[in-house]
This record gives sequence, structure tokens and C-alpha cells, in this order.
Amino acid sequence: MDFATVLQVLDSTVRLATPLLFACLAGLFSERAGVIDIGLEGKMLISAFFSAAVAAATGSVWLGLLAGIVSSVMLSLVHGLASITFRGNQLISGVAINFLAAGLTVLIAQDWFGQGGRTPSLIGQGRWGNITLPFANALSDVPVLGPLYAQLISGHSLLVYLGLLTVPLTWWILFRTRFGLRLRAVGEAPEAVDTAGISVTGLRFAAVAICGLLCGLAGSYLATGLQAGFVRDMTAGRGYIALAALIFAKWRPWYALMACLLFGLLQAVALRYQNIDLGGLTIPVQLMDALPYILTVVILAGFVGKAIPPRAGGEPYVKER
Amino acid sequence: MTVLKSLLGASAALALSTGAALADPALIYDLGGKFDKSFNEAAFNGAEQWAEETGGNYRDIELQSEAQREQALRRFAEAGFNPVITTGFSMSTPIDNVAGDYPDTKFVTIDGYVDPEEHPNVKSISFAEEQGSYLVGMLAAMASETGTVSFVGGMDIPLIRAFACGYAQGAKAVNEDIEVIANMTGTTPAAWNDPVKGSELTNAQISQGSDVVFAAAGGTGIGVLQTAADEDILSIGVDSNQNHLHPGQVLTSMLKRVDVATYEAMQAGEDLDTGTERLTLEDDGVGYALDENNRDLITDEMQERVDEARQAIIDGEVEVHDYRSDDSCPALSF
Repeated sequence: MDFATVLQVLDSTVRLATPLLFACLAGLFSERAGVIDIGLEGKMLISAFFSAAVAAATGSVWLGLLAGIVSSVMLSLVHGLASITFRGNQLISGVAINFLAAGLTVLIAQDWFGQGGRTPSLIGQGRWGNITLPFANALSDVPVLGPLYAQLISGHSLLVYLGLLTVPLTWWILFRTRFGLRLRAVGEAPEAVDTAGISVTGLRFAAVAICGLLCGLAGSYLATGLQAGFVRDMTAGRGYIALAALIFAKWRPWYALMACLLFGLLQAVALRYQNIDLGGLTIPVQLMDALPYILTVVILAGFVGKAIPPRAGGEPYVKER
Repeated sequence: MTVLKSLLGASAALALSTGAALADPALIYDLGGKFDKSFNEAAFNGAEQWAEETGGNYRDIELQSEAQREQALRRFAEAGFNPVITTGFSMSTPIDNVAGDYPDTKFVTIDGYVDPEEHPNVKSISFAEEQGSYLVGMLAAMASETGTVSFVGGMDIPLIRAFACGYAQGAKAVNEDIEVIANMTGTTPAAWNDPVKGSELTNAQISQGSDVVFAAAGGTGIGVLQTAADEDILSIGVDSNQNHLHPGQVLTSMLKRVDVATYEAMQAGEDLDTGTERLTLEDDGVGYALDENNRDLITDEMQERVDEARQAIIDGEVEVHDYRSDDSCPALSF
């Protein structure tokens, strides 16, 4: 494996990890506030559709992004309404959202565009262009660091850089602001937050709204960054891998970045090498595809450190009398 | 009372007999969906053509989940539709389960296989995909400048391997030293609808030197064709004619005439001959697409060579190995 190949695999890793990262951080906000969200997949999907549809109709990827985020936040609020306001089962509400998004996107797409649940191919301003960072071309002749900068760090779309910036931002919000402290508290001991006179419902709604926003970015990146349009079920289980990454990361932002990059790397390697030959031992590609889930189970089983979820996760808060 | 009874009975019998006389065909699309721009859409086009030409009616349904397969078959059979046409290899087992219960209904499975001895009312239609893929493989090898061509498959099943194997044989027939990279998207049905993965696979193949990529991957192929167009290499579509998706950048499409098969089954109606049928180059059951979108990409010389090979296959001078015959491929290792 030469240096150029390593760069290509890492480049692919960054592209594959970005939607996972957005979705994983989305889940992080929601679950840290005590609302379990397995509807990440559905929210990404609906955002992917609306961002592609609006970008196709208006020719502007920014309006598409806006539409994607709005649609995703709307679904988040539905989840919030069901599981916070009406204290329904959070898992069931999440599953319902996944089904709703899978059906709704295809139905609306067929009605609007008549192309079998697909949006027209986006061209020009309807897609995220790749940003070439300053000096990328000039530095590309420098050995090792040049290509590393020009190929790996430069030349991604805006959303990739935004995704990487979201990690420190999430850390700062959660661990350095008053809002973050309260948000974490509401996931651990909502009764304490309530006693302090702060609205549990309000905080949880804020958390699911942020979750919707981030899922919106993930969906928009899938449909208008990586692809040139929406195809039915195009998220292909990335919401679930993001959930696995969240557990793997033990609900921490920096670990989330690491977990998503690791899962992205596994995918990229699996895509580049179908079967890996390790001196007589052949690793089939299926194993690479399954590894994220296997690793998550290993973590959950407590073999490597311990993953402790927020204490009040999954439980609707009922005011004590 | 008796009068009423016989009246009712007569009208019921009338209703039943009119239902039987008008037995419309029914069509069940596989999970890829009716408008997949590919396999299922071809079946739809065939049915539409039949309806337009004969003024007949047909009913169709898009499956949403695995569980609906048997249910849809039974519903159509019980409602008196005949023949009931299905697309996709996954219908083999459901038809096997259902066909015995409705001996008077004829079932057609396109791409599937049901034992004709056991169920005499089933027709299994298969295609010589390896032959069509062989031709587009030749075109790919002739169009390639780097000496490397590639293949992206959807779900890893023998049918898709047959595509890959035919493609590799065709490419190697033109250029013995050509390198053929073959990748599968996955092993679950999600592999038919993952354009993001299709794009990444294509990028990986391009970085390995490929400059013509053949996608036999349903919705995943949309991502493959898109990336190929973005990166300025050539791509090859599948099943339906996909040349128009990126005019001038899709070298050709491997045609599988599901539309013809559907049309003919509907045309035959209740008198359909059952058993197994394999559509080959000779019946124009498979082939490659040539239209105004790719006219400039295919030179006269290329066309001549491919048409010669086509004739040679029909005459039996060239034999294209079918992966499904012995689960191995002489030109490609998986």
C-alpha cells in the first residue's frame, strides 16, 4: 500500500464519516438530555429529500439546506411532542419516524417529480462544490505534507469542515456553558433540574431541536454534497451506525469524532479492498461491514471500558407532587 | 325465497364468469420500485405498451416489504387475475409456495426459477445476462485508454456475478491484458439503494486506474453513473437504456428486455406457455443500447466488432461462460 493509496482511503474516510458525525452529534444532544432517538435515520432521510428537492426546484443549495433542516427539525418536534409532552415510548416514536420518513419521501417525490421517488439530478449551484483551501495547489509539490494538505485536508465541501467544527462547539456547549450543564443534568436527574426551577420540557425540546438541526445537515450532505439528488432509502442504515458510534463514543463529543472516523475508515477500507489478504488469512469484506456493530457490542458488553448511558435516558419526566 | 336465491345465484355466477372471461393480467414489481429507471420500470413499460396496443387493462402493485410477496400473489390469484407476472429473483420461493393452491392461475417469474415439474402453471423467464454483459465488456475494453475497466454490483448474488463474469470475459476478449476490477456494494437488499457507497466504490476504482465502469446495481448505480460523469470517465448502465442520464458520458447500457418478456406474457394471456424460457442475444432478450446520446462514443469500428461477436455468440462460435452454471468464473475471481 503506497502513500497515494493511503491518502485516497483517508480522503474517502472523511467523506464517509461526515454524515455519521453529524448524526452522531445529533444523537448526543438528544440522548444527553434524556431523549433516546433512534429516529436519526428518518430525519436524515427526510432532510436528504427536502434539501435535494428544493435545491432542484430553486437551483440553490443553500435554500435546499434550509429546507432540509426545517423538515428535519419538524420531525424532531414530532418526536418531542410524542415522547416529551405526551410521555410516549421514545423507542416507538423513533421507529415511527423512520417509517414515516421512508414512506413520505418517496410519496412526495413521486407526486412532485414523477421519477419514481427520486429527485432530478442536481447541477451547478444545486450541489455543494468542493472547497480548495488556500495554497493547496502551490504546496502540493512539497513531499509528504503537500499531498496530505492538498488531497486530504483541502478539497472537501463546506459541510465537511462545518462537521469538524461542530465537534469542539458541541464540547464547548455541553461542558462549558450553563445551557450545557442544564442539558446534561436533565438527562441524569431531571427532578433536580425541576427543583431548581428550570423547565425540563423546555430543555428537552431544545435538545431535540438541535438534534433535528444536525440531522438536517447530515441529510443535506448526503443528497447535495456526496450525491446529486435524492434516491429512496439513500441513508442506507447510516442513522443506525451513528447510534452505534454514539455508544462506542460513550456519549462524548471528541470520542464521537474518533468513533465516526474509525467507522468511516472501516467502510473506506472495505470499499477499497474487497478481500484483505493477511499472509494466508483472507478477511472477507462482509466482516469489515459488520465490524462497527461487533465493536459496539464489545463495548456494550463491557470488555473495553464501560459505556454508561445518561441515567434518565428513555424515561419521560413526570413532575412529582 | 327460492326465486330470490336462484336470482342471486345466477347473478353471482354471471359475475364470476364475467370476471373469468375478462381475466386481466397482473404485475408485481420487486422492492426496487416501479420507477427505478431500470429493471422494474422496464416491466412497467412493457405492460403499458401492451395496454396501449390492445386497450386491455392490468393491475399492478409495488411491494413494500418481504412479507407482502405471498400476500400479493394470493390476492391477485383470488381476484381472478391471470397471468400474474412478477419481477425479481426473490419471487421464486413465494411462487413455489402459492402456485399449487391456484392451479388455474398462471404465474410468471422474471429472473426467478420455479421447478416446472412441480408446478406446471408457472413460467420462469431468465435472461442470458452474461451474453449482454460480454458485449458491453468488449465496448468498455475498446473505449478504455488506461487498460483498466471496472464493475460495481449491487447485492452479491449469483445473478449479479453473472453480469460481472460476462463483462470480464468480453473485456478480456478484446484485450487479454486488461485489468478488470469488480466490487459488490453489499450483501443485503440495502445494497440496491446506496448511491453514496456506489460513488465511493467508483472513486476507489478510478484511483486504481479504471476509466470505464459498469454498474449493475439498481439505485446504487445512480451514484456510480453520477460519479463517473463528475470525474469525467465513462460508465455503462444496466437493464433499461440509461444513456440519457448523462448524455455523452454513458458509453452504453446493457439491455435486458424485461419489457419484451412482460409484453409477451400479457399478450399470451391465459394461454401462456408455461415452463422455463431463457431469453438470449438471439431473441434480442439482451443487448446493448445505441442511441443519439452515445452515438459519438461508439465508433463504427467498435460497433462492427461487437456486432461480429454478437453473431458469433448466436452461431455458437463463441461461448460465454455463465457464472450460474458452476459458480465460478474463468475471467474474474471474486
